[in-house]
Amino acid sequence: MALLSFERKYRVRGGTLIGGDLFDFWVGPFYVGFFGVTTAFFAALGTALIFLGASQGDTWNPWLITINPPALEYGLSLAPMREGGIWQIVTICAVGAFVSWALREVEICRKLGMGLHVPIAFGVAIFAYVTLVIVRPVLLGAWGHGFPYGIFSHLDWVSNVGYQYLNFHYNPAHMIAVSFFFATTMALALHGSLVLAATNPGGGKPVRQPEHEDTFFRDFIGYSVGTLGIHRVGLFMALQAGIWSAICIVISGPFWDKGWPEWWDGWRNLPIWQ
Amino acid sequence: MSAYQNIFTQVQVRSHPEAGVPTTESDDWRIGTPFFSYWIGKIGNAQIGPMHLGWTGIISLFSGFLAFEIIGLNMLASVNWNPIRFIGELPWLALNPPSIEQGLNILPPLNDGGWWLIAGFFLTLSVIMWCVRSYLRAKALGLGTHTTWAFASAIWLYLVLGFIRPIMMGSWSEAVPFGIFPHLDWTGAFSITYGNLFYNPFHCLSIVFLYGSTLLFAMHAATILATSRYGADREVEQITDRGTGSERAALFWRWTMGFNATMESIHRWAWWFAVLTTLTGGIGILLTGTVVDSWYDWAIAHNYAR
Repeated sequence: MALLSFERKYRVRGGTLIGGDLFDFWVGPFYVGFFGVTTAFFAALGTALIFLGASQGDTWNPWLITINPPALEYGLSLAPMREGGIWQIVTICAVGAFVSWALREVEICRKLGMGLHVPIAFGVAIFAYVTLVIVRPVLLGAWGHGFPYGIFSHLDWVSNVGYQYLNFHYNPAHMIAVSFFFATTMALALHGSLVLAATNPGGGKPVRQPEHEDTFFRDFIGYSVGTLGIHRVGLFMALQAGIWSAICIVISGPFWDKGWPEWWDGWRNLPIWQ
Repeated sequence: MSAYQNIFTQVQVRSHPEAGVPTTESDDWRIGTPFFSYWIGKIGNAQIGPMHLGWTGIISLFSGFLAFEIIGLNMLASVNWNPIRFIGELPWLALNPPSIEQGLNILPPLNDGGWWLIAGFFLTLSVIMWCVRSYLRAKALGLGTHTTWAFASAIWLYLVLGFIRPIMMGSWSEAVPFGIFPHLDWTGAFSITYGNLFYNPFHCLSIVFLYGSTLLFAMHAATILATSRYGADREVEQITDRGTGSERAALFWRWTMGFNATMESIHRWAWWFAVLTTLTGGIGILLTGTVVDSWYDWAIAHNYAR
């Protein structure tokens, strides 16, 4: 049954969003639920379609398999299966699976009496994905503006789209997103280090408590945000990284179609410098 | 349910500021009078200060200040000491490394990379002293030195970019300039010069760990906040004496994805993901131009590009 020693008392039926006790059970360590079934449906269909798409391609090299969106000529219409239709259905399956997964997380949160922070945070990631493959293509008028599903083909897409705007590093929202990614990673290192350092102080020493953690950070940088605060800061920064990533790509094309270095001419030409 | 969400601190308790636990040595050089900030208290601890200074802190702050000033004054000189132009053109201004003719000359003319070398020296000194400081503070308080080694991983990437790789390439001109747009231009040109860094497998790993770190922090922080009403934010206590907060946090992920960390192991995952970001990134930069001239050609030769 794959139960942890303390798990049995938490495995209580009830608390689903819809369907009453339909699928209200566990399989091994997994909770199923109504949305677990919809997740499995979308994930299985999407994965099968990716294999179908791969079988239509010219390689089984996993680094090179790619499921491409339709050509730009198809606009926002449905494309034939072999010419981007698979990509369109895989996209629907992906959104369906992600949203189902988030709703399943909500059900698990309710069973465990937890806040909804995790599904809300996951919702931000879904929002970024939807921005990339649905919102921006719709704003630009063609599904062909979505990115291909493949390991190195999606990197090629990022590279090519970046150079369409000459140097994507000059995109101000991209700057903010990258800064948040770096800052979040640094904060994660600091937080992980601090907890490990307090728990593993070295041979013969007692485990340290938050008083020691606070003192270390006050000594180190003059401020300790505290055991609760660091998680607020960390969640905020991680979500900002995703939100600004979505912003930086959705403004590229729909709201700015020149090179990003040129955007800064606005700053350079402000009347106050003249 | 809204009571479970724990976005801001609802009630702030005020008493005497915490002076900090005593250190294991006589080194009690703490400065500043602690004070409280109401708005910062909405997010985390309201108390600001005191801070420990110490010799490593003084050297670090002073040399960091010197580097900052050298960079800033060089930029100001580059616009003919015009403060208006300095602010208006600041994002474009640079302090560049020596030109390629200087090779690894340790004493190039000041206006041909000399200032860059001096600023780089002081910035490096500053960063390393701050890292040493994290070690000394941890030892003085009887904590593990995990922060120091994580910091060292970041310093590794910094030294590869500005010191180790330029030496291996035989020229300081290979290093990154100081400046906002100039360092971005350097990054873009670096990728193009060496056949698209996206095909560099260590760049791939570094990005995976960078995004993975952000994902992990979102997952971890959200889990702790969601179980904070069960005291899950007192993580060290939950590690040594597991409570219902920790149990629910673990079961949430077990039920969601079939696997869970523990309250201690999630911080080991966190530490390694963050540390490996700069560790693999540094390896990727060091191999570029020294061992591999075009990552695209390398990828074709190894069957992951065409």
